[in-house]
Amino acid sequence: MNESFHMPKGKLEELIALLWREEFKVLGPVARDGSVAFDEVRRVSDLPVGFRESQEPGRYRLGAGAADEVFGVVNGAGSLKPFFFAPEETLLELQLKQRTFTVSEVPPAAPRLAFIGARACDLAALAVQDRIFLHDRFRDTHYAARRKDALLIAINCTRSAPTCFCVSMGTGPEATSGFDLALTEMEDHFVVRSGSDAGDTIVQKIALTPAAEEQVVAASARIEQCASGMQRHMDISDLPRLLYEEAENPRWDDVASRCLSCTNCTMVCPTCFCHTVVDVQELDGNMSQRVRKWDSCFSLEHAHIHGINFRPRIRQRYRQWLTHKLASWIDQFGTSGCVGCGRCITWCPVGIDLTEEVAAIRANRSKH
Amino acid sequence: MATPYEIYPARITSRRTETAGIYTFAMKFVDPELRRSYRFEAGQFNMLYAFGVGEVPMSIVSDPSEPALLEHTIRIAGRVTRVMAEWKVGQVVGVRGPYGNGWPIEKARGRDVVIITGGLGCAPVVGLVNYIFRRRGEFGDLHILHGVKTPNDLLYRERFDQWRRAPRTRVYLTTDRPDKSWHYRIGVVTELFDELAAPPSAIVMMCGPEVMMRLAAHSLRQKGIDDDSIYLSLERRMECAVGICGHCQYREHFVCKDGPVFSYRTLKTLLGQPGI
Repeated sequence: MNESFHMPKGKLEELIALLWREEFKVLGPVARDGSVAFDEVRRVSDLPVGFRESQEPGRYRLGAGAADEVFGVVNGAGSLKPFFFAPEETLLELQLKQRTFTVSEVPPAAPRLAFIGARACDLAALAVQDRIFLHDRFRDTHYAARRKDALLIAINCTRSAPTCFCVSMGTGPEATSGFDLALTEMEDHFVVRSGSDAGDTIVQKIALTPAAEEQVVAASARIEQCASGMQRHMDISDLPRLLYEEAENPRWDDVASRCLSCTNCTMVCPTCFCHTVVDVQELDGNMSQRVRKWDSCFSLEHAHIHGINFRPRIRQRYRQWLTHKLASWIDQFGTSGCVGCGRCITWCPVGIDLTEEVAAIRANRSKH
Repeated sequence: MATPYEIYPARITSRRTETAGIYTFAMKFVDPELRRSYRFEAGQFNMLYAFGVGEVPMSIVSDPSEPALLEHTIRIAGRVTRVMAEWKVGQVVGVRGPYGNGWPIEKARGRDVVIITGGLGCAPVVGLVNYIFRRRGEFGDLHILHGVKTPNDLLYRERFDQWRRAPRTRVYLTTDRPDKSWHYRIGVVTELFDELAAPPSAIVMMCGPEVMMRLAAHSLRQKGIDDDSIYLSLERRMECAVGICGHCQYREHFVCKDGPVFSYRTLKTLLGQPGI
């Protein structure tokens, strides 16, 4: 279905109600702890209607926006990642029995999730994570179970944060794939496109009518305006080579003098996948669980083996993170690990901006 | 399909002390079907699991032609291996694998094989040497070079003596800090190279400290051996063994699944750069 539909704002309530009736757990941006995060949405009023956020390196504030704007907040610290790649989950349960033990996989709690208000960068990040966890040979069953039935309703960005740079990464501001429905918010209506059979079905069930040509044009113009007005950019034309060649660039010492190695950037990053699995044993010693938790390449233990720590210095760990994200990720997975969402810039307590670091490394490069 | 982290119980069938703090365990999967279907190649590793404690990667030292019996040599190095050192015959432990790419055996057929190891890095090559001995006619001369810090670090001493007596095989041993009992060479392993009589057509397989392997590769190239004929087995933190946990990354390489064995050509620009 290549057609666009007209959805009066009042129909959003109907859409949310329909998804709950169809036994989806509906999640959308919800104002929480001074930011927004994907959380349960029962009705439109659960969404941050009338809010806008302001973002800059190391700073995030939620404030008032246009009264009727439903999706005025571009993004918050929370991405879609925790819903598929869980921050902490039990993978296996092992039970001692006589002289052996049994191993059982703990099936993931996998409710059918419907996301409303996912951004183009969020969808791009999900596609990046799919390449890691839905590998042909080593399929991560826990990730796959949650991913399988997820319904994704995207919101095209008509406004960007100063930290956004999705245009540079080719991931936004318009959602072009990986969605069931994509909405563009206008004053009193949404322009809706379907991206799947499931999306087509929803369009029929809530009886959307085709959008008028001028509505489609106006919606596209808003997205276009958002793209052309984006303030932040990153030149990726010489990656991965630039970072491979510049492993000894003096800028790494400079950034290391500011970086706290706090792991915030990796926690808010929608693609970072490092994790560890630890044993959590019952007190009687007869049962143990293998529990997976997010890990970070900024932790001191990350590259530690007996007697050797391969990256003991912050300089080396920041370099690993940035080189992996922007360069070696391409060799490993055929895609950049960065989608340009800007979360690592906003949520860095000292405001380190990777686009600035890359530009500085390029400006200082030893080889031309 | 199970999680990549699925663990399979295996029973310890024998335990041997190699030297203080180093033990070789033989084990068999409890599940008879798995015992029949499991296959591995020399140089691959398993993740071994101590109940309630954790997992560690361990190279498989036994012969790939007898895949029902797995042997692992474990050195006490940390929290998990300290528990493993207490494993008894008859005890059930956890295994998953095999992982990694193994040694380039096919490329070695018909050629002289040079094996260079340093310190405790020799465990992954024991399986390789045994493999070659069982198919001796398929390979050229075997040159085994091994360096240890002190004579006490020499593992498998009787195996080296056994290998030394075998036809078309030369064993060169060296130590940094000799004692009175030591009657081999003194110095680092690369100092053995003046005696090494391997032709430029030889293939080299190495395991040990990276600085040793890097210097050795440099010397071997001067002997006319090309970058595609020199292989190194790397050690990194490995937790998942399938390239999803992120710990073992060496720039674009996942050591666990792209390695642990790499050609010198693949690594030469990375080796020696600290903190990569």
